[in-house]
Amino acid sequence: MGILEVKNVGKRFGGLQALGDVNLSVQENSLHAIIGPNGAGKSTLLNCLVGKLIPDTGSVMFDGQSVLGRKPHEINQMGISRVFQTPEIFGDLTVFENVMIPCFAKRDGAFRLHAFETVAREKDIVEKAEHILDDVNMLDKRHMNAASLSRGDKRRLEMAMCLVQDPRLLLLDEPTAGMSRADTNNTIELLKEIKQKRDITMAIIEHDMHVVFSLAERITVLAQGTPLVEDTPENIKGHPKVQEAYLGQAHG
Amino acid sequence: MLGLNNKDTKFLLIVIALTLFTPILLQPFPEGSAMAQFNAGYPDLMQRFAIFGIFAIGFNILFGLTGYLSFGHAAFLGVGSYSAVWMFKLLSMNIIPAIILAVIVSGIFALAIGFISLRRSGIYFSILTLAFAQMSFNLAYSVLTPITNGETGLQLTLKDPRILDGAGEITSLPVTNIFGLAMNSSTQIELFGRLFTFNVGYYVTAVIAILAFYLSLRIFRSPFGMMLRAVKSNQQRMNYTGLNSRPYTLAAFVISGMYAGLAGGLLASMDPLAGAERMQWTASGEVVIMTILGGAGTLMGPVLGAGFIKYLENIFSKINENVLHSWFSWLPDGLADPLVWLFARFTGEGWTLTLGLMFMLVVIFLPGGLMEGGQRIGRLLRRKKDGPESKDPEHHPKQTPHVAE
Repeated sequence: MGILEVKNVGKRFGGLQALGDVNLSVQENSLHAIIGPNGAGKSTLLNCLVGKLIPDTGSVMFDGQSVLGRKPHEINQMGISRVFQTPEIFGDLTVFENVMIPCFAKRDGAFRLHAFETVAREKDIVEKAEHILDDVNMLDKRHMNAASLSRGDKRRLEMAMCLVQDPRLLLLDEPTAGMSRADTNNTIELLKEIKQKRDITMAIIEHDMHVVFSLAERITVLAQGTPLVEDTPENIKGHPKVQEAYLGQAHG
Repeated sequence: MLGLNNKDTKFLLIVIALTLFTPILLQPFPEGSAMAQFNAGYPDLMQRFAIFGIFAIGFNILFGLTGYLSFGHAAFLGVGSYSAVWMFKLLSMNIIPAIILAVIVSGIFALAIGFISLRRSGIYFSILTLAFAQMSFNLAYSVLTPITNGETGLQLTLKDPRILDGAGEITSLPVTNIFGLAMNSSTQIELFGRLFTFNVGYYVTAVIAILAFYLSLRIFRSPFGMMLRAVKSNQQRMNYTGLNSRPYTLAAFVISGMYAGLAGGLLASMDPLAGAERMQWTASGEVVIMTILGGAGTLMGPVLGAGFIKYLENIFSKINENVLHSWFSWLPDGLADPLVWLFARFTGEGWTLTLGLMFMLVVIFLPGGLMEGGQRIGRLLRRKKDGPESKDPEHHPKQTPHVAE
C-alpha cells in the first residue's frame, strides 16, 4: 500500500474525457513523477488530489482516508501541501509573514480567533519561521515584500511555506515551468536537498524530461487521460510506448 | 505596555492625548474674530468626529484588511441606533445598557447578513451587502413601523415606561446620562479670548473611541489580523495552506458590524432619536469614502477621513454667499461678484463638490489616502535633513506598485 492510492479515477468535462481510468500508487518517502504530453490530464489529476475538482468515478485515498469531497484546506490539514505552476504566495505581505502563516495553520488549525495575541510574541512560530528561511537561504530577505522577489526566490519561498508545515506528501505542479536553465538546475538541487534532509513523499508533475530523469525514483506516464506505464526512470527512458506518446509515433 | 511594543505604545499615547485635548485643539481662533467660524470645538461636532471615527475604524477592519468592500454598513449603524433608543424607552436613560444592546443586536444582524453575503466575493459581495442594507432601510421606513416608527423616526415620549428610572409623572423629556451625569452638560472656560467647551457627551464618546482604536490596533498586530491580510492578498494560497478563509472573513464582518452598531448606539445616546435615513445607501457610501480618503488599511487613516468629511460637512457648508461677500468686499465690484459666484459653487451647499474633487485627487495621486500624503511629506523632510548623499538610488529601492503590473 502506498501513502497515496488513486483507483479508477475518471473525470469528464462535457464531451471531453479528461481522465479515463487512472490508477496510481505513490509509495511513502519516494519521489514519484507524473509525466505526459500536453493535455494528458496531469493537472486535472492533481486538482482531483487537492480538492479543487471532484472526480466523477473512482477513489483517492491518502494514508487510508478518502480525500474526495473534502475542501482544499481540509486536505492540507491531512498533510498534503501543494506547489503551484506559477508561485502562489502572499504578495502584499513580507517574506517573514509568508512563512509564519503556514506555521499558524499547522499549530492552530483551519480557523482560530487569535485577535488578542501579538504576532511578534509567538516565540515558537517566529523561531520556526526563521529556521525555515535560513534553510532556503532567504533570511536576509525576511522584511522584503514578497511580491518584489525574483521568480526564483518566489519559488523558494513557496517551497519553504509548504515545507514548514512538515507535510507528508508534497505535490509539485511543473515547478520549473518557464524557468531558465540555471533556475531549473537550482530547483532540482533544492528538491534533492529537501529529499535528503526530510522524510517526505513528493509527487511531481513535470513536462521537462531533464528534471524528471534527474529527480524521480518512479515515473508514471500519462497520455490522453490514462496511465501508459509506471516504472523506474531507467526503464521509462527506452520504453517504446513513451516514445510514441511524446513523438507521435514509434521511431525508426 | 498593554501588550504593545514601544512604537505602538507611543502611537497610542499620542492618539489619547490628541483625543483628550480636542476641545482645545479645535478652537484655535479667538471668539468674535473673522476666523472663528472655522473653529470646530463645539460638542455636537466633536461627538460626531469620535462617533464616525469609530464607525470608520470598524469598517477598516473589514475593508482595509480583507479587501471585502461592504456597501451596506449603514444598516448596522441604524440597527444600533434603534436598539439604543428602545433601551431608553423601556429600561433606563443610562447609556450603558443602550450601547451594550446596540452592539449585540448589530452583531447578530452582521452575522446573518455576512453569512449570506460572504458566499460571494468582489463586486457580487458589495452588491449583496448593498441589497441587504436597502432592504433594511425599507423595512425600517415602512414595513416595520411599529418598531421603527416609520418616517418620523423613533423618539422618546412622555409615556415611555422606563422600568428602572421612569417612576413618577414627568413634564419634559428626560436626557440621556451616564450614572446621573447628563450627556449634554458642559463646562465652558474662557482663556486667551478663546472659548473652550468641555462636554460630558464628547468625553464619553472619546473614551469609547480610544478603546475602539486600541482594540483595532491589537487586531492589526495579531495573527488574526495577519490572516485577514492574507485573505486580501491571496485566498487560493490561503486555502491550500490549510486555512479556511470563510470564518476569518465572517469574523471580520461581524466585528466591523459591531463597531458600526456601537457608533449607532452612541449617536442615539447623544441625541435620542433614530431615523431610517441613517440606514440609507448614501450613509453606507460615506463610510467607504471616509476610509479610502484617509487611507484604507492604515490605523489612523479612517479616523482622519471621518474627521475630514465631518469638518467639511459642518464647517465648510456654513460659508454661504454672504460670508464670501464679506471676504471679497475689498475687491472692485466687477471682480468680487464673479469670484463670489465661483467660490459659492464649492462652499456652502456646494461642499459636496469640494469633497468630490478632493476624493478624486486623493484616489488618483495618493492611492494610500491622506496617510500616504503625510508619509510622503515626512520622507521628503527627512531626505532634506539627511543631505544629498542619501539620494543614492541603491538605497532607495523602487516602491512596490499599488496595482499588479
